[in-house]
Amino acid sequence: MSAWETVIGLEIHAQLSTRSKIFSGSATRYGAPPNAQANLVDLGYPGVLPVLNAEAVRMAVKLGLALGAKIAPHSVFARKNYFYPDLPKGYQISQYELPIVAHGALEIVLEDGSAKRIGVTRAHLEEDAGKSLHEGLPGVTGIDLNRAGTPLIEIVSEPDLRSAKEAVAYMKKVHTLVRYLEICDGNMQEGSFRCDANVSVRKSGAEKFGTRAEIKNLNSFRFVERAINYEVERQIELIESGGKVVQETRLYDPDKGETRSMRSKEEANDYRYFPDPDLLPVELDAAFIDSVRKGLPELPDQKAARFVKDYGLSAYDAGVLTASREYAEYYERVVSVVPESPKLAANLVTGELAAALNRDNLEIGASRIDAGALGGLVKRIADATISGKIAKEVFEAMWTEGLRADAVIESRGLKQITDSGAIERVIDEVIAKNPGQLADYRGGKDKLFGFFVGQVMKATGGKANPAQLNELLKKKLAG
Amino acid sequence: MSSFHTLSLTELAQGLRARRFSSVEVTGSFLERIERHQGTLNAFISITREAALAQAAAADRALAQGTGGVLTGVPIAHKDIFCTEGVRTTCGSRMLDNFVSPYDATVVSRLKAAGAVTLGKTNMDEFAMGSSNETSFYGPVKNPWNTALVPGGSSGGSAAAVAARLAPAATATDTGGSIRQPAALCGVTGVKPTYGRVSRYGMIAFASSLDQGGIICASAADAALVLREMAGFDPKDSTSVDAPVPDYVGELGRPLKGLKIGLLKEFFEKGLDRAVEQRIREALAIYEELGAQLTEVSLPHLPLSVPVYYVVAPAECSSNLARFDGVRFGHRCENPRDLQDLYRRSRGEGFGPEVKRRIMTGTYVLSAGYYDAYYLKAQRVRALINEDFIRAFKSVDVLIGPTTPTPAFELGAKTSDPITMYLNDIYTIGANLAGLPGASIPCGFVGELPVGLQVVGPHFSEARVLQVADAFQRQTDWHTRVPKAFA
Repeated sequence: MSAWETVIGLEIHAQLSTRSKIFSGSATRYGAPPNAQANLVDLGYPGVLPVLNAEAVRMAVKLGLALGAKIAPHSVFARKNYFYPDLPKGYQISQYELPIVAHGALEIVLEDGSAKRIGVTRAHLEEDAGKSLHEGLPGVTGIDLNRAGTPLIEIVSEPDLRSAKEAVAYMKKVHTLVRYLEICDGNMQEGSFRCDANVSVRKSGAEKFGTRAEIKNLNSFRFVERAINYEVERQIELIESGGKVVQETRLYDPDKGETRSMRSKEEANDYRYFPDPDLLPVELDAAFIDSVRKGLPELPDQKAARFVKDYGLSAYDAGVLTASREYAEYYERVVSVVPESPKLAANLVTGELAAALNRDNLEIGASRIDAGALGGLVKRIADATISGKIAKEVFEAMWTEGLRADAVIESRGLKQITDSGAIERVIDEVIAKNPGQLADYRGGKDKLFGFFVGQVMKATGGKANPAQLNELLKKKLAG
Repeated sequence: MSSFHTLSLTELAQGLRARRFSSVEVTGSFLERIERHQGTLNAFISITREAALAQAAAADRALAQGTGGVLTGVPIAHKDIFCTEGVRTTCGSRMLDNFVSPYDATVVSRLKAAGAVTLGKTNMDEFAMGSSNETSFYGPVKNPWNTALVPGGSSGGSAAAVAARLAPAATATDTGGSIRQPAALCGVTGVKPTYGRVSRYGMIAFASSLDQGGIICASAADAALVLREMAGFDPKDSTSVDAPVPDYVGELGRPLKGLKIGLLKEFFEKGLDRAVEQRIREALAIYEELGAQLTEVSLPHLPLSVPVYYVVAPAECSSNLARFDGVRFGHRCENPRDLQDLYRRSRGEGFGPEVKRRIMTGTYVLSAGYYDAYYLKAQRVRALINEDFIRAFKSVDVLIGPTTPTPAFELGAKTSDPITMYLNDIYTIGANLAGLPGASIPCGFVGELPVGLQVVGPHFSEARVLQVADAFQRQTDWHTRVPKAFA
């Protein structure tokens, strides 16, 4: 493998969460009956004209600023001409030569913990197409134009990504960013966030890029990773067996886990781009851009840096906690209850809470334990009322029964034993019951220490303060 | 009273408001004329008799209650390029032979709001592509002055209808001369406003950056009255301009003393019929008598306007007409085998040869490898032509010259040679490329055929263009002449 280097560029399509379409007043809600949200403009009726949705422009500017990109004072909508039944006008309105956003970048964290800057070539506004329906329509194809005219921003990366893992990390980062900015709901199942991956391989150290294949319409992080890995292997095998990669568009089949050819470059359309004469150029002045900048929220990287600095978290934990705005906000509400224990709070939020949410397939907003209650649990760990281990039991009870931490501790008698005398008594009992093990331990079998700890914990129902137990046990065993 | 057609639109509007006659009478009289002459002129594609009479009755009720608008009860016709709710809107094409529009174009709804009654939809070149009305799927319109001749195009039906007094006014559109050229050939007044002055919403697009809706009437005064209702910003058309509309009627009648008229050197060079030139010179003499000063000006890039136009317009048309694919509306071929077959046959059957020629030309000039050489270069030259005009308007108030090089020509005379046909628009295309307002008014005859005088002004100078046209019509009666058969 190391003889080859993978080169990947992603084109991410994020659906902007405007209420109406980019060039018409139709609603953009997901899941409406076919063609219920398609008016005459969306249907491309004779004589109708597009009118640009100002909110879509504002959202694109937000993204551009968050990417540290250049916002074009003058950008132009163009027509991309091709025939397809789900494209009512016979052209897609998109931005071609003069996109609204150019020359941005964002940082991803690699597996070894180091940061890598990924260039964003451009981001442009465009309208989505409709979709063809085949299910339940034998012999014919149905067309649903509800999605036609939905605003998209296409975010095009530089070919800076070097592995499927990097590609996924980058896509996740963009996913986080668009949700922070509240410009896209990020729902990948509904197609609100998807990407095309341009993949090529070259001999390690080579300067020229290899011929690339474009894998279309990947709508999950898992598919992105699998499709790229499959494609990389396919290309390497092809070249090593004397073949040549052809420039083409490929589709990923998630059932078979492979990519297959859709159309080659020769079959590719000549899109005959030209500026759309129905739309004026988008002119943005500095005052407008400034007003958008002032309205930007704290961005994920800024928030993560603040978590490291203010709460003493690791970069990794800070990254996990800031992966979504809601998640970060939840964490900060927990910290506000126990400002003295931000690390402990982070452990619980990224540990027990994340696992429980994941298990029950819930978003943070639907957590069964609110931030205040979780703060109460953290407090009891911090003040040594319970141990970390007991905390897991308390958490489960809180999660399933909706109780506060103190109520669980009280009703189940889980309060930690911190009375040295009480712990000593139990140790004495355990030692008395296990003379053989004691002799072995004293004879040099240090490993038996764990056995004694276990026995004491068992006898106390896990409530003995671990630190105290360790110290007292060591003393007693030594004789 | 059965001589409503001898009254001007302004007189009809006044008479209706004064309730000297009813809209039902007026409308019925024009409907009867339309039907009587349809076989001869073929000026209409659809005649909406019942709807027109119902609208007329409603107008009469409004007039009786004193709630009428400026045009209440005045019957007009719409070029069949304007979408009309519930009424077939064909654009002169087989492609839309079965298309009943579910909505009104902004021009239509504004004129409805002003009270106008719709008589029907006028014939036109297919998708407005033509200069003789011979490309219409519904057959050519005949020139009322001589039915062996063309009426001009693409708004040939509107011009012929007004010339034969089948309607006091008809809406029209102008992409390369499609209002002014047929107005000239039919001896009526046609006004093409500044690009952006009249909404294009609901006007089936040919070349979006050039198309502009306007009006054909007997006189400039009538045109001013109708245009005042049609014009103005429309939030549904991003290229319409948000600027107040002057009172075109109120601005009429100002003296022309001191008006600087520019004569375009390029318009009086080779190709201009001697007799047509003679009529133009005579008209200019009248302007001089009215106190205007004549100066010759030159627009060096203007001779390139025809080639530029025939790159830009087909390019835009090739894209605008892509929506006619047999999927959602319009013509669909019988039993398509698959998607490609559906596209190929629906479009192959639905479009006529001139439309196909332009779609192919446009597709070619936009294709990879040719875009820079054709489309981009044409747009650069277009910018130069625009600059030429702007420079000229620094020294003159309006430009005046011929609308067409010759009077009307015979049906079939130019159909075999598209280039000769295209050259008919040589004097009108410049105003479209630069987005300028222009008018053509009748200024005499060559033999028995009318000659058009063209007035072009700076952007948004419709009031001035109308004043200049109206001043001439106060001195002459060419605009009141009607062919004998229709008097």
